[in-house]
Amino acid sequence: MANLHPNSGDPKVTYEYRRKKHAEEMRMQVITFTMMIFFTVIAFAAVGAGFSKWFIVPFVLLLAVVQVIFQLYYFMHMSHKGHEAPQLFMYSGVIVGFVTILAFVTIIWW
Amino acid sequence: MSTIAHTQKRGFAGTVWEYLTTVDHKKIAILYLLAGGFFFIVGGIEAMMIRIQLAVPNNDFVSAGLFNEIITMHGTTMIFLAAMPLLFAFMNAVMPLQIGARDVAFPFINALGFWLFFFGGLFLNLSWFLGGAPDAGWTSYASLSLASEGHGIDFYALGLQISGFGTLMGGINFLVTIINMRAPGMTYMRMPLFTWTTFVASALILFAFPPLTVGLFMLIFDRMFGSGFFDVAMGGNTIIWEHFFWIFGHPEVYILVLPAFGIFSEIFPTFARKRLFGYSSMVFATVLIGFLGFMVWAHHMFTTGLGPIANAIFAVATMAIAVPTGIKIFNWILTIWGGSIKFTVPMLYAVAFIPSFVMGGVTGVMQAAAPADYQFHDSYFIVAHFHYVIVGGIVLGLLGGAHFYWPLMFGTMLSEKLGKVTFVLFLIGFHLTFFIQHFLGLMGMPRRVWTFLPGQGLDSGNLISSIGAAFMAVGVIIFLVNVVITQVKNVQVGRDPWEDGRTLEWSLPSPTPYYNFKQLPLVRGLDPYWIEKMEGKTEMTPAEPVGDIHMPNNSFVPFVISLGLFIAAFGAMYHADEGKDWAIPVLIIGMIVTFGAMLYRSIKDDHGYHIHKEELLDESGKGGAV
Repeated sequence: MANLHPNSGDPKVTYEYRRKKHAEEMRMQVITFTMMIFFTVIAFAAVGAGFSKWFIVPFVLLLAVVQVIFQLYYFMHMSHKGHEAPQLFMYSGVIVGFVTILAFVTIIWW
Repeated sequence: MSTIAHTQKRGFAGTVWEYLTTVDHKKIAILYLLAGGFFFIVGGIEAMMIRIQLAVPNNDFVSAGLFNEIITMHGTTMIFLAAMPLLFAFMNAVMPLQIGARDVAFPFINALGFWLFFFGGLFLNLSWFLGGAPDAGWTSYASLSLASEGHGIDFYALGLQISGFGTLMGGINFLVTIINMRAPGMTYMRMPLFTWTTFVASALILFAFPPLTVGLFMLIFDRMFGSGFFDVAMGGNTIIWEHFFWIFGHPEVYILVLPAFGIFSEIFPTFARKRLFGYSSMVFATVLIGFLGFMVWAHHMFTTGLGPIANAIFAVATMAIAVPTGIKIFNWILTIWGGSIKFTVPMLYAVAFIPSFVMGGVTGVMQAAAPADYQFHDSYFIVAHFHYVIVGGIVLGLLGGAHFYWPLMFGTMLSEKLGKVTFVLFLIGFHLTFFIQHFLGLMGMPRRVWTFLPGQGLDSGNLISSIGAAFMAVGVIIFLVNVVITQVKNVQVGRDPWEDGRTLEWSLPSPTPYYNFKQLPLVRGLDPYWIEKMEGKTEMTPAEPVGDIHMPNNSFVPFVISLGLFIAAFGAMYHADEGKDWAIPVLIIGMIVTFGAMLYRSIKDDHGYHIHKEELLDESGKGGAV
């Protein structure tokens, strides 16, 4: 995105600044990537260890949600500026979907 | 290429080809207006047949089965094929101009959306000639629609699916346009209210149409491919359809009414010659209505047996919607208050809209009380309520908007005199038709009945209602006469034909140049054109020097993609019939046409063309442009 590259008058400063930013970002990506692999291993381990399904299902779902957030924020750059509108619509969609599913599992007439 | 193709006179065939391939939002608006207007007439004829049948007791003008088909098609046509496309016509014609854009974000998808809607609507209406129309009501509840014989419901499901894709595309397109293509200085809180309502309605389309798509696919699979989502005997649940339908269907009524609110919010300040009262609260109310619209769908299903807790929650949520709507009503009244009012035809519609819509809103709150709804449910009271909201809100908005935006779309002014005749006839007819239906409902007349017996106190009420419908029909005919006379005379009006235009669309010369803005305008506040006029200027301050303008090329591909789905729908529908071996090949051929056209679009580069600076400067010498 254009606003990722703030242009100061001095090309050297801009370059240094971007280098630093990119290095930081790379570090975060490596960290989250490691954590995502770790989560996946835990998820498999949890199923393999044979806990009660009342523990496993919510636990694996929770790990999945965290992974989705990592994916969106660190790999798809939603943490950067200029993503307010997509965020608004994604969260609205999540809320509408959640309310609908909640209604379906609680009040539907069987 | 470039301007030469746009300025030369075309023959009839050339004009038709231009419209078949156009990607220009102003021409797509005209297509939406024509197609929506056509379906509005079709739905109106169906309405007249309903009222003729019910004018006297024990009537046999139409048979009971045909009556079911007529009411189903009247509702479906009016909502999906008339009201929505007509609103899309105004959104396309006005919204890009209001935000100072040269076109919508995806002109190709805009055209595709129109053609999908058109072919879906055509498919649905072909059911009249191909063995009977759908007959399970516009809501098509699954327990009824799964039992319906013939192909009527298949036409409904497939036709709405195709046209629904088009609507979804249109909605996403408007969202992207409004987020990304506003002119310099056009912040969110400087956007005209019609743009705001388009934005919120498009967001509602984005969230509401997927449930309809899912529901329709399940219906298609249940009926045509032997699945059992809604079939209780196979372990399905027939109520799920109702939920899916109303999760879509309730936001749908706000999708329809919000743009109508937007049109009125443009008409009031223009002809009261005051800025809109409480602009920011209007925006807030619009967003809040959109949000609450998703939390209330089950109020259509109070009598399904959801239980007292669910009913109470949805009743309270429903009543809450009256609050933002009330904010809007008061803001409109306070906009008129103390204004220097001009009673033009659009203003008459806007003023008549307030009491008419409030009556619909009040009966809505009555029905929101769940215990009372048990009495109102499935009676003519409901029919009266939603016609007050839809005709008193949306249709008055469409008629007012048609008069208001006619000079913008066609460069001519509809006759004020004939417009006033239409207005008086239509308004009287509307109240005559639907007011009495409240009482018919309270006296126990159920909705969707084919006929009624004499001597039950329903005779005169129904006759009055039918007479009112005739008034409305005459009003619409006079409107059409007005359109024909105006277009035949073809007296072109200039820039700002209402003389009190406030927003950017009126700052453009008439007819609007095909590139809209030669230079993007600089927006310095709410009602930007009004600000410039108050400083003695006649045009907008440009925000950029004259430069090359990038334009998209026309394309025939949207038509072909839509045609392919239209063909495929016949194959999908007939494949289960005995002895129709041609159905599967037709399905495959249709899909090949669609995906082939999409592949062609994907692999062939089409970079559009540029209008060069020199040509733009040239044109200003001839008058015309900014």
